[in-house]
Amino acid sequence: MSLKTETMVLNMGPQHPSTHGVLRLELKIDGELVLDVKPHLGYLHRCFEKHAEAMQYNQVVPYTDRLDYLAAMGNNWGYALAVEKLMGIQVPERVEYIRVIVAELQRIASHQVALGSNAADIGAFTPFLYLFRDREHILSIFEDTCGARMLYNYIWVGGLSHDIHPDFVKKVKEFVSYYKATIIELDNLLSYNKIFIERTANIGVLPLDTAINFGASGPALRGSGIPFDLRRDDPYSIYDRFDFEIPVGKGLQGQVGDCWDRYYVRVREMEQSLRIIEQAIDHIPEGDVQSAIPKRIKPPKGTVYTRIENPRGELGYFIISDGNTNPFRVKVRAPSFVNLEVLGELCKGHLVADVIAILGSIDIVLGEVDR
Amino acid sequence: MYQFIYDLTGNVIISTLVTAVFPLVNVLIVALIGVYLERKISAWIQDRVGPNRVGPFGLFQTVADFIKMMQKEDATPTDIDGKLYNLAPVLVFTGCFAAYAAIPFSSQLIGSEVEVGIFFILAVSSFTVAGILMAGWSSNNKYALLGAMRSAAQIVSYEIPTALVVLSMVMLMGTLSLTKISEMQTAYFWNWNILGGATLGLSKFLLIPFMIVGFIIIFISTLAEVNRTPFDIPEAESELVAGYFTEYCGMKWAMFMLAEYGNMFAVSAIVSILFFGGYHSPFGYLGNSLGINWLIPYEQAFWFVAKGWFFILVQMWLRWTLPRLRVDQLMSLCWKYLIPYAVVNLVVIGIISLL
Repeated sequence: MSLKTETMVLNMGPQHPSTHGVLRLELKIDGELVLDVKPHLGYLHRCFEKHAEAMQYNQVVPYTDRLDYLAAMGNNWGYALAVEKLMGIQVPERVEYIRVIVAELQRIASHQVALGSNAADIGAFTPFLYLFRDREHILSIFEDTCGARMLYNYIWVGGLSHDIHPDFVKKVKEFVSYYKATIIELDNLLSYNKIFIERTANIGVLPLDTAINFGASGPALRGSGIPFDLRRDDPYSIYDRFDFEIPVGKGLQGQVGDCWDRYYVRVREMEQSLRIIEQAIDHIPEGDVQSAIPKRIKPPKGTVYTRIENPRGELGYFIISDGNTNPFRVKVRAPSFVNLEVLGELCKGHLVADVIAILGSIDIVLGEVDR
Repeated sequence: MYQFIYDLTGNVIISTLVTAVFPLVNVLIVALIGVYLERKISAWIQDRVGPNRVGPFGLFQTVADFIKMMQKEDATPTDIDGKLYNLAPVLVFTGCFAAYAAIPFSSQLIGSEVEVGIFFILAVSSFTVAGILMAGWSSNNKYALLGAMRSAAQIVSYEIPTALVVLSMVMLMGTLSLTKISEMQTAYFWNWNILGGATLGLSKFLLIPFMIVGFIIIFISTLAEVNRTPFDIPEAESELVAGYFTEYCGMKWAMFMLAEYGNMFAVSAIVSILFFGGYHSPFGYLGNSLGINWLIPYEQAFWFVAKGWFFILVQMWLRWTLPRLRVDQLMSLCWKYLIPYAVVNLVVIGIISLL
């Protein structure tokens, strides 16, 4: 007698604790072995790009918050940079410094969520809450600065919506010294935990050429071992003034480009962000943050593409202007969307439990994937 | 225990009833306190406050939860296998609850003094697997099915190292009765099995390292048997939603929960009986030194419960510290490490006991 076995189709999501929003994965599984993964997108599509065409340039800014809602500062900044480039606006030094500081704080906050949810998916719930506890410091700094904790609408075309709070510098310094010491706690509790390493090392190995072919960016690309970071390789704003390293995956616990490497790159990037903040915080010049904001935003005809290094990778804005007060076309190159495409390659031949670990290590935000 | 109550009340009906209800009450109390402690302890570990609204220090949180569970609508999915679906939680709960009948809380306080106590407990707690498989199969849900398959594989595998360690202890003690095993480790803590047992001599000191190995093996494998982190793979929240009880709600779900906490105490009790003197006090009895004989059983119950809760606290501590293993890693831990070590341990303990 021969036994007949069948492959099973498992629908992971859109309602599932570990798909980080409303991603739906169609898994074809043989027992616990994953044969194929097919992501289905679009559950969170809000027509951002079409909406933007119906609004004036400055009205688009709050909508950019909602793309990558864990790194709203970066989204604001990328858009503002694009329009500023189109109009040829030079923003004051003070604005540049504040933008760098809030963006780096945002990078830390975003990585904290990424690492925490990756850990929680693997079953370690305590590091998740420790990271959220530390993230709270950053959110309260942002709350003082612009009144919002998540969707800031802070970085405007040509300036900022508010000047910083009088306590800003003091609070940021406190946070930097606090978090420099606390980051070790994360390493002790999670990074070098034997079970965590077992779960992530040699899992979801992303070879460098595959990463490049798929256009991956951010920690997903750097985890595969190439130090490509727009802050250094295509410097925008004033990043060329700061001294920082670009952590890359070295395969310390397994092969280069595995889940652990992507995880570890994020941990080390948080340290580098702290370094940048330390260098910037004492040199914020005096001045008016709103002096360069144009009265009426009406860029000349033309196209522009700007890209910045968001926590999840290369965030690009492509804007076509037809000389009106509304953009003719806004296109977002969303890093999460591009990075997500590699998921199918990574998951093949792994177990169901690994899909969760791999998805967590790629770190997607569905607001940005679906826009 | 029947005799004890009978001596107290002199009434057959009351003593029969009390003896019969005793295990159930125990399970409920353990679950009530266990759920509260789990929340409070996880909160302390994670730098949170934990329940603090219902009653002083949130003490009645579990009671409130229990009332909520009872009021819930019993929503069932379509196309389920109704009989199995309804029977599964009962079976899982029975497996846990029946084990309590044979656990000696003190020399008097024992539901039923079964001569083959440890064997009985191992046997009835295997009920759980059947219940879990039934729950997973009948729910008509792929996550539940995956969870049930994982769970069956896990529990069946981990019963082997548990049984091997129990076997080595039974071989050493020469009895299957839990009361007798406890009685052999009487008086002071240096008579406990983890420190080589009560008989003084060369074998006592030779036994100590192997006892410690045995304790570690049985602690790990019982942790896996009750599906606690790092072995909570069957219910792996982030992968399988809730594993085999994904589709359950209300009281049926609560029964799975009760069984989990009940089992936690049951396995802790077995570990403390086999290795840590059961209900015996580590420092002798107040009742003995004061000359109040009736005090001794109460003291014994106190020590037993304290030891059981100590191991539960360790289980909770592990749960909130460690990530979860993957299903193949879990299996290789059992088959490649625990079982070979348990077998070697069994042989060595056998040789030493011949000395």
